[in-house]
Amino acid sequence: MNKPVMHKPAPLPTSDTAEYWQACNRDELLYQRCDNCSHVQFYPRRICTVCQSNDLGWHRSAQKGTIHSFTVVHRAANRAFDADVPFVLALIDLDEGFRMMTNVIGEECRTATIGRRVRVVFEQHSSGQKLPQAILEPLA
Amino acid sequence: MSLHVAAAQGAITDAGLKPSDIDGVLAAFSFTQPHMMLASVFCEYMGLKPGFTTAVQSGGATACTAVALAAALVEAGMCKHVLVVTGDNRLSGLPPGGAAAMLAQFGHPEFEQPYGISIPAAYALVAQRYMHEYGVLPEHLAAIAVTQRGHAALHPHAHMREPITIADVMNSRIISTPLKLLDCCLVSDGAAAVVLSAPENVSASADGIALLGSGQGHTHEHISSAPSLLDFGCAQSAEQAFARAGVAVSDIDVAEIYDSFTITLAVELESMGFFSKGEAGPAAAAGALGLKGQLPCNTHGGLLSYGHSGAAGGMFHVVEAVNQLKHRAGPRQVDDAELALVHGDGGILSAHCSLILGRVH
Repeated sequence: MNKPVMHKPAPLPTSDTAEYWQACNRDELLYQRCDNCSHVQFYPRRICTVCQSNDLGWHRSAQKGTIHSFTVVHRAANRAFDADVPFVLALIDLDEGFRMMTNVIGEECRTATIGRRVRVVFEQHSSGQKLPQAILEPLA
Repeated sequence: MSLHVAAAQGAITDAGLKPSDIDGVLAAFSFTQPHMMLASVFCEYMGLKPGFTTAVQSGGATACTAVALAAALVEAGMCKHVLVVTGDNRLSGLPPGGAAAMLAQFGHPEFEQPYGISIPAAYALVAQRYMHEYGVLPEHLAAIAVTQRGHAALHPHAHMREPITIADVMNSRIISTPLKLLDCCLVSDGAAAVVLSAPENVSASADGIALLGSGQGHTHEHISSAPSLLDFGCAQSAEQAFARAGVAVSDIDVAEIYDSFTITLAVELESMGFFSKGEAGPAAAAGALGLKGQLPCNTHGGLLSYGHSGAAGGMFHVVEAVNQLKHRAGPRQVDDAELALVHGDGGILSAHCSLILGRVH
């Protein structure tokens, strides 16, 4: 427990999230909506956080969103990310009404600002799992 | 464990008690000596055989939460004297960067950690949104770090006592924009402890400090699940503590508030009602958080300059409040300090616990 983690953490799907991660490998972003109260939630789980219903449906996102906040990480805590600094970490608000964390990737990523439009793309993680990431949409 | 014992002995002696008087023990957690039963390990090491013991874990809110729990134990009559002890040597006991790497594992394993989240990066997301929303400048946040270094310079046990300027903060290494090295707390070795006793078990001549009220507020654990990056559970936590203590924000003479980053303190001060939104940094720059200011805050130097030793980091705030209220803070003493607010924040502004402490008359 005293050793810093030296490999990039891989998402390890659980029974709650297997469907989500399988969809990522097909380049599809899924989210949950409650069949009972229509609440949209992220990350996937077995209960609606508003009405506590267990009737949750999977829906496919159009993968368009807006940067709610971001930071340019210059000092990685996990040494496995040392080669990537500086990199952009962001919270993205998807148009369907859920928020997720991604990196902003691509050549223009350092021009990220709050409110900037992004689309979600899928990047191969070293573990073999595809990871949703955000790329800046061209400025209108 | 030796750090734990040193702090425990200090607290027991200060309370005018003997180790054998302690019938309740609350411990926390340690990175360098992790154990599933840390409270039992501590009691064994020190030779204590309490009637009640357990460990408390709520990140940076641990110290305040354990104090509130200890008070509940004595109020319920389950214990007479509860020792709350915290400590960690995470500076000397871990490899360089070890504490930050372990803390990064607090991120969600599937939905945050694969993106390289760290605790500073998570607070930076809050800071970026906060500055965007309220037009606050990095120099405003830097003023918080400068004020607290000035306080630490007056504390003989502070980790960092060399005075700094706004320019020093602005020119320090970027960690995660907009946060720079001097916007971030320290990694320190240390320990701290207090004893809580029921009033009927305290002699009339004892120079005790009363816990007048406590409160908590919880909205999320992971920053990606926070309902807002601007409003957090500290508002509810403080409101509950003020209501239970029967006092108002304006009654507080000195505040010791969790300051893992400069942004942490700004958000908490404003959420709790001490300043309007976006005004804490400019107020700090104008001297409001100084020993003679409108709200003397983190008078020992806080996590930014006194030190941060895991759960003990939050306990340093409790101990400083006690020292201020006992009027024994030396050159850091706030004039006529009668009422103090102590606040702990665990996670990414996730778990909050507030305490109102007062002098006994």
